[in-house]
Amino acid sequence: MEYVLIIGAKSDIAKAIARKWAAHGYHLYLAARNAAQLEDFAKDLRIRTQQEIRTLELDILDLGSHQDFYKNLDPKPIGVITAVGYLGAQEKAQQEMKEAKKIIDTNFTGLACFLNHVALDFESRHSGFIAGISSVAGDRGRKSNYFYGAAKAAFSAYLAGLRNRLHASNVHVLTVKPGYVDTSMTEGMELPKLLTAQPHEVANDVFKAIRKKKNVIYSKWFWKWIMLIIKWIPEWQFKKMNF
Amino acid sequence: MLRSWGNYPRIDGNSYRAKSEQTVRKLLEASKEYISYGNGRSYGDSALAEHMIHVLPQNYMLDFDETTGVLHLQAGVLLSEILDVFAQRGWFLMITPGTKYITIGGAIASDIHGKNHHRKGCFSECVLSFRLMLADGSIVECSRELNRELFRATCGGMGLTGIILDARVRLKKIESCFIEQTVIKTKNLRETFEAFEKYNYVPYSVAWIDCLAKGKGLGKCLLMVGDFSRDGQLENKKKRNLNIPFFFPPLVLNKWTVKLFNILYYNKVRKKVSTQRVHYNQFFYPLDSITNWNRIYGRNGFIQYQFILPKEKSYHGLEEILKRIADSGKGSFLAVLKLYGKANDNYLSFPFEGYSLSLDFKIEKGLFELLDALDEIVLKYSGRIYLAKDARVSKEVFEAGYPLIEEFRELRKRYKMNQKFNSAQSLRLDI
Repeated sequence: MEYVLIIGAKSDIAKAIARKWAAHGYHLYLAARNAAQLEDFAKDLRIRTQQEIRTLELDILDLGSHQDFYKNLDPKPIGVITAVGYLGAQEKAQQEMKEAKKIIDTNFTGLACFLNHVALDFESRHSGFIAGISSVAGDRGRKSNYFYGAAKAAFSAYLAGLRNRLHASNVHVLTVKPGYVDTSMTEGMELPKLLTAQPHEVANDVFKAIRKKKNVIYSKWFWKWIMLIIKWIPEWQFKKMNF
Repeated sequence: MLRSWGNYPRIDGNSYRAKSEQTVRKLLEASKEYISYGNGRSYGDSALAEHMIHVLPQNYMLDFDETTGVLHLQAGVLLSEILDVFAQRGWFLMITPGTKYITIGGAIASDIHGKNHHRKGCFSECVLSFRLMLADGSIVECSRELNRELFRATCGGMGLTGIILDARVRLKKIESCFIEQTVIKTKNLRETFEAFEKYNYVPYSVAWIDCLAKGKGLGKCLLMVGDFSRDGQLENKKKRNLNIPFFFPPLVLNKWTVKLFNILYYNKVRKKVSTQRVHYNQFFYPLDSITNWNRIYGRNGFIQYQFILPKEKSYHGLEEILKRIADSGKGSFLAVLKLYGKANDNYLSFPFEGYSLSLDFKIEKGLFELLDALDEIVLKYSGRIYLAKDARVSKEVFEAGYPLIEEFRELRKRYKMNQKFNSAQSLRLDI
């Protein structure tokens, strides 16, 4: 009875990941806010895969609730995938602290606190995998989305630290950095078709990376090279740019 | 950009994703005219318009009853998804067309039919009910008992009555994923007709016809009949598909290559009557194993021309049509002949008892004139054209074949559907 926990389960990437794992014979815990909205998706998955799909209420911003949430999982999952993400509005965050805080807490603080509980459990069991969906936006701060980028950068560093700590306990930590993905988060944005991944493609990349125990992957693969070039641009030049 | 399978006509319309029922309702509030677009497997312009509602996102399976085989699902689910999930559990589609890459909504809207039409009728036969969103955003449940008029209008109604949201369909029990197939080689049209009659008792039957054969060989076929095996082999292995990665240049498909293909294909079968055991994918969906096979016809696209003639007039009608096609030299390697069973009482459903021929034609000079000429022959023999394949038939020819068209138009007016749901096809045919 192997369960995988997916948090932020209502997101398009999370759903694609859920489909992938269920199709490969895993049972699932799907956690999100207003988890009742997940029931139709869960039912569809149950019909298609005949796996146990449990929907659970989780507010990543309610730090105090994390410990009980994880304690109550029975059986404990063999892996956790975080797909919580909030793009937010950069302009609004520049004006209002509330929006800035929400972006940072959703994409970083909440996750960092939550994964602490998972880490303790996996560390004691000497097994498990943690996959955190970060973003290429964390590779370099730019004016169009640096609150989001900063939070993702923090999350990537956190996952790296976790990887370092948990290596001794045989726990695999994967950082996933998607580039452009065709989801509700990016709806309305004009994304270049050739560079944009579909959620199921990201899910395939994550699945393969977990199997192969990779450390950091970009999805699609070429974003690694795009970001290498972007990171290479010297700061005196980058600060003048507009994208 | 959303296209149809024939890549003709090309309409650069706007598409809107049906993320939820509320989204669709909101879209209908605007004073635009829409048509539903599923998976784009209709050949012509029946799902093309300036504004298209892309129904594919509505793709949840909602419930399945193991005892009755009734599947409740949203309209955007593909038939292929149903088979991927249920075939290995011993369930199959009661009625299936020649491709599994269509949506449930599309299956209902075109009232599709398959190799077992002569025994089981159209797709609507396995539909218990569906929920339809009307022009004013209200949702009605339609079945043979409830809102029967809307049920009859929507099945085969080409999306012109509203947006199908979800449906309850009955699946059929199978014991195997394999088909026991018999292939009968016929020398001419007379033998083909005799073979159809002789094998009419077999649940599934369809013939590949050599549409370029002339003279004594006019109407020679490979008639393929079969039924599910009872060998208990439900394991469903996935095979890799071929892919046509780009549009073929126009030279590739011409009179000579088609003729060559036809000769090879017909003579690949050596014996007069032979039997094989084949997987359901091979029997029902041979072309689905070639992803993007429509690109073989080149960038200009192609027309699929499908008509049906009443049984008693079929022989002479087909003789005349086949001669005309063979003389033109235009033809395709894909030509399908089938004997159909009785018509149902849906307003615009295509089949009635008789023979139907489907042909793909590459779009080239002289084609549309040929098709107009074929239309004349079809009308002469009291036949009609299938809207799900059509991209160019004239209003007069279309109307002549569908006696209930006026009632259908009147229903559309009554429900104000004519101001809300229109496709390029419905505008062309003034439906």
